Amino acid sequence: MLIYALVAGVLFGLYFSLVGIGLNLVFGVMRIVNLAHGDILMLGAFIAFGVVGIFGIDPLFAVPLAFAVFVLVGLLLYWVLVPRLQGSVNPEMLSIILFFGLSQVIEAITTIFAGTSERSIQSRLLGTVFSTIKVKLFGGKPGASGPISILGQGFPAPWVVAAGTSLIAIAFVYFYLYRTRLGTLTRAVMSRRDEAFATGIDVDRVSAAAFGIGLGLAAVAGVFAPFMFGSVTPAFGADATVTSFAIVVLGSLGNPLGTALGGVVYGVCYMLVQTYLSSWADLLPYVLLIFILLLRPSGLLGRRVRVA
Amino acid sequence: MPSSLKHLLFIVAPLIVLLAVLPGVYQNHLLLFNFVIFLVLAQGVNIIYGFTGYLPFGYVGFFGAGAYGFAIMVMHFQTPAVLAVLVGGLVGVALGLLLTPLLRLSGAYFAIANLAASLAVLHFVANPALENITKGPYGVSLTGTFNPNMAYAAAVVVLALTLGAVVFLKNSRFGLALQAVREDAVSASMAGVNVVKMRVIAWLASALVAGLAGGVYAWYVSVFYPDNVFSGDFSIFAIVFALFGGVATICGPIVGVIILYGIYNLIGFTTPQYFQLIYGLLIMGLVLFLPAGLVSLATRRGWHVP
Repeated sequence: MLIYALVAGVLFGLYFSLVGIGLNLVFGVMRIVNLAHGDILMLGAFIAFGVVGIFGIDPLFAVPLAFAVFVLVGLLLYWVLVPRLQGSVNPEMLSIILFFGLSQVIEAITTIFAGTSERSIQSRLLGTVFSTIKVKLFGGKPGASGPISILGQGFPAPWVVAAGTSLIAIAFVYFYLYRTRLGTLTRAVMSRRDEAFATGIDVDRVSAAAFGIGLGLAAVAGVFAPFMFGSVTPAFGADATVTSFAIVVLGSLGNPLGTALGGVVYGVCYMLVQTYLSSWADLLPYVLLIFILLLRPSGLLGRRVRVA
Repeated sequence: MPSSLKHLLFIVAPLIVLLAVLPGVYQNHLLLFNFVIFLVLAQGVNIIYGFTGYLPFGYVGFFGAGAYGFAIMVMHFQTPAVLAVLVGGLVGVALGLLLTPLLRLSGAYFAIANLAASLAVLHFVANPALENITKGPYGVSLTGTFNPNMAYAAAVVVLALTLGAVVFLKNSRFGLALQAVREDAVSASMAGVNVVKMRVIAWLASALVAGLAGGVYAWYVSVFYPDNVFSGDFSIFAIVFALFGGVATICGPIVGVIILYGIYNLIGFTTPQYFQLIYGLLIMGLVLFLPAGLVSLATRRGWHVP
């Protein structure tokens, strides 16, 4: 039971890292609190519903689609909202209220078009593309992929697929930040926005890219949400936002590896509490968030100290 | 005439008298009561956000704690309602004291931590394991103290106290010091302001106000569930109303509540989604085009707004 909880915690934790990493990027670069983060996740889940419902294919195809769509949405939203916001007196505080408004708008529009019912996808649909390829190349009989066995315990295949995708996404963010020119500029803006501006970096372009990628990653995480959480409703966003914050703060700001660690720590804690103290599991994200903020506000891997 | 007296005479007194008389003329008492509650909460947000710059995104935590303080006193100790309301206020203050370490955080960190705190209190109160004390998620029913007229009167009294506190902040050296801390904490402490003490007092005052409001609310509705009294809508509405009117003034939050909550009730309750849509758009428009609130329209022209 302990081993099951630990492995499940790591799998969930990797997925949670993917949930938080977009938020980390947006907050780290722009000092903007994207309270609509969870709603982007919810919209990603709806893209998965669309892909399955309309085309009847593997929801994994929703991953590149969701990413591409929401990078574009992010770029668009950035130019509409952020420059105006940055010009105001207290952008950090007002961003909370602004993006709360946005999350309300998203939730309302989704409810108007999709209703409030809980939706889910049969978990055997995920990963059918792999089993089809396997059958084509190596023969064998097609069929639903059963639980995947790790350390002698069986885990649902979607958990493993989601964890794998998260690893790829984290590697992608790492590559973007540390191996590309735009990523270097992004890190410059993260550490000192005004100095970056003074050295002639096009802060707006860099921020817009980070905003787009952040939203794209959130949508990718959303594609897996129906499998990880069982079902998704338009109201799913608010809780997802707070959870994402717990993860991001648990890791540290502006450090994708930090978020990966934060996600895993969070996942393991979650699974352990779920296993041994299930009636108190709901409290965990909030209490953990408050304690981390108070005891180690710079996060587990953070070096910079925030001044109160 | 000192300006504090002027504010009390020409803003606070007419409003209180109006609200005290209206139930005799206007039939929808629940609506009036909600107006009073939101006036109190918006002014409570004004005290902490307007004067110190901390955005209490989980303000409803104090409100819900006050409501449950009231409920527990009535359920387990059979105290009279007025006493239970006072206890509700004290529970709010106690929660505020518990959360004072959050004041070490700045900006968005504080807002998020406060939101998390309110959700933690909600999940704590609603936990089935505490059914003996709080009735968990099944809600409480306090028919024994049900008395809407008295509860309404109590709400107006709480409102009067709250407005008095804001008038004091607006006209005293204490309020001036708080605003100095908000603008630049380092300079203010150089000028001899005890920054930590100032912030804690404002924080606790704002918690007290919300706790009292929660107690009165519990008294008025008498049957409620954790999700009702810890609904995030209370925080959001209070913040948006205060912001819409303009914070760090006496009139701003009042005007904000009357206009926005008025519109809210005029549109009607038929389809909540459309409502949510309009509200979301309104909030976004407010932040983008009028971040300093309605009063900024007047102050920009050089008019002084109390």
